[in-house]
Amino acid sequence: MPDLSTWSCPLPLRDYPNIVMGHGGGGQLSSELVQHLFLPAFSNSALANLGDASVLARPQGRIAISTDSFVVRPLFFPGGTIGDLAVNGTVNDLSMIGATPLYLSAGFILEEGFPISDLARIVACMAEAARLAGVEIVTGDTKVVERGHGDGCYINTTGVGVVPDQVNIGPSRVCSGDVIIVSGHIADHGMAIMSVREGLEFESSILSDCAPLNDLARVLLQAGGSDRVHAMRDPTRGGLAATLQEIASASDVGVLIEEAAVPIRGETRSACELLGLDPLFVANEGKMVAFVDPSVANGVLSAMRNHPLGRDAAIIGTAVAERKGMVLAKTAIGGHRVIPIQLGEQLPRIC
Amino acid sequence: MKYLSEFRDGELAQRLVREIRQATSRPWTIMEVCGGQTHSIIRNGIDRLLPSNVEMVHGPGCPVCVTPLEVIDRALAIAALPNVIFCSFGDMLRVPGTDRDLFRVKSTGGDVRIVYSPLDAVNLARQHPEKQVVFFGVGFETTAPANAMAVHLARTLGLENFSMLVSHVLVPPAIRAILESEGNQVQAFLAAGHVCSVMGYRQYPLLSERYRVPIVVTGFEPLDILNGIRCTLLQLEKGEARVENAYERVVTLDGNREAQKLLAEVFEECDRAWRGIGVIPRSGWRISPAYREFDAEHRFQVSDIRTIESPLCRSGDVLRGAIKPNQCPAFGKECTPRNPLGATMVSSEGACAAYYNYGRFVQIQELSHA
Repeated sequence: MPDLSTWSCPLPLRDYPNIVMGHGGGGQLSSELVQHLFLPAFSNSALANLGDASVLARPQGRIAISTDSFVVRPLFFPGGTIGDLAVNGTVNDLSMIGATPLYLSAGFILEEGFPISDLARIVACMAEAARLAGVEIVTGDTKVVERGHGDGCYINTTGVGVVPDQVNIGPSRVCSGDVIIVSGHIADHGMAIMSVREGLEFESSILSDCAPLNDLARVLLQAGGSDRVHAMRDPTRGGLAATLQEIASASDVGVLIEEAAVPIRGETRSACELLGLDPLFVANEGKMVAFVDPSVANGVLSAMRNHPLGRDAAIIGTAVAERKGMVLAKTAIGGHRVIPIQLGEQLPRIC
Repeated sequence: MKYLSEFRDGELAQRLVREIRQATSRPWTIMEVCGGQTHSIIRNGIDRLLPSNVEMVHGPGCPVCVTPLEVIDRALAIAALPNVIFCSFGDMLRVPGTDRDLFRVKSTGGDVRIVYSPLDAVNLARQHPEKQVVFFGVGFETTAPANAMAVHLARTLGLENFSMLVSHVLVPPAIRAILESEGNQVQAFLAAGHVCSVMGYRQYPLLSERYRVPIVVTGFEPLDILNGIRCTLLQLEKGEARVENAYERVVTLDGNREAQKLLAEVFEECDRAWRGIGVIPRSGWRISPAYREFDAEHRFQVSDIRTIESPLCRSGDVLRGAIKPNQCPAFGKECTPRNPLGATMVSSEGACAAYYNYGRFVQIQELSHA
């Protein structure tokens, strides 16, 4: 997250410190928003033309495309903002299929009355996240909805990336015997959001793990080779458990993890304990899980650990031939449990 | 985590498991009463560590599951009213009533909020004097003191816009009902440690002596539960039937007297229907006449909402250990986790839901010993 302590908004705030309907109307106000706020932040040659669409050079390989909408509340949370999420979320989705993310679009739905200074902070975070991830935001759109019809700011990003011809990564390639590696501490993002959510606030220093995974995925693929790295996923909503479930259901294996091997920070674990949540089901925004051939597992693990985003990477389990479609965990006391499929969001328990 | 990790130690757990195996010479059926214990047993895989002739029957101690359909329907009716903020613990939101759940009510405009404490609901009532704030007070003796405190506080503050929909249930009458039911298979009980931390355990020797069953007050961490099971088995094997406190660091014989005083003031005993089991005499608490103005049933006049539970459901038999879930004729047909008829299908840890979700995988012992 960029340092925002000295941030000053580039717009002439005298007239409109808040978004008004006209900012989405396509007239002078819309144009000012683009000229003074979006363009300086996202500056690149494709965007500079200000055409109805951006024209980009055709890359080598196959095109990958992914879209995601971001409605997080609060918009600013410990360790990140909706802007960081909007860039990293789509970058990560592309990265998990072995694509190199190149370009993003950014669509904003703003609520009338939303402070322009907040929008500027969000846009600055997006620009910084895009710079860190090495992607360009090449097209965008802004709409304004009446007060009470939105939640301040929603963002949609669509990402375009390129996948080399020989790379084919996905759950269908997972085999029994595959080693499962997670790139670091889980559940930080979800608990950071919880700690500031209205009505639930608790004091903690847990920060969201929001980060772009494209470089870590590149390092992982390089270390393991694209034929031996079978599947990669970023365990966002639904947490590690939902991701393992998805992979188990989409492949021909069962998944057996060692609960004690899953890296979780003490503070995050305590917060989960306090709220009656299972950290395996809590969201992450900068972690990945990989299913790799056992012959390359150690090489992949040490390559990940040499990367700043994979320092706490750990082997957490294996894909097994039995219990197809099912996720089992060996518990810390040596028992076994079935990791259930959640119907919806995980809810705090009464007792 | 201090005071938690010590009770999750893998080596000590294995030692207790060995002692349990050594102590067990024949089949026994033990019921853990509390839903929190069921959660811990499943969460830690304790059921997979026990010898195959020790069967744990999950008791009716999950407040979410046993809240009768009728009360859920009343909650839904109140939550859908304009000008009402309906507050609940999180896991009640998904419990289906006759034709919808609280999530559905919320999606169609009801102001339904998840709170962590009834006192949060009291605060909401102070912040929103123009709204009626209703708290859904369900649970066993454990959650009752905070609920009683909220009602008491609302009176002290003179809050006219706060009320509570109460469906409290009590453990000892449930244990008695199970022991007196026809075909009961349960031979011993792990009593719910946190219920006893409030109420003490003076009520249990009567049950233990009359029905000749060991009752062991047990905590919730893996070592607590394994130790509770070990104590129970030692008694069963020796032919003893005593009340034993295996959760001494929290529970005393008399419990929390201050809390009991407040409970006696705010609540009164009543007959209570348990989802899928039926009415158990004097097995619940409702708001006492002295506090009637805080009773949401009274304020919103929903007492005339009557719902008949499905006659197909045999969760009472499942809870007693008389039948296995898949022996119920409604299992997997009229009754599924998305459309549950009884308590044991409502909760993901309930015996029926577990059978439904994982029945085809139940035999995972070979993996446990891998």
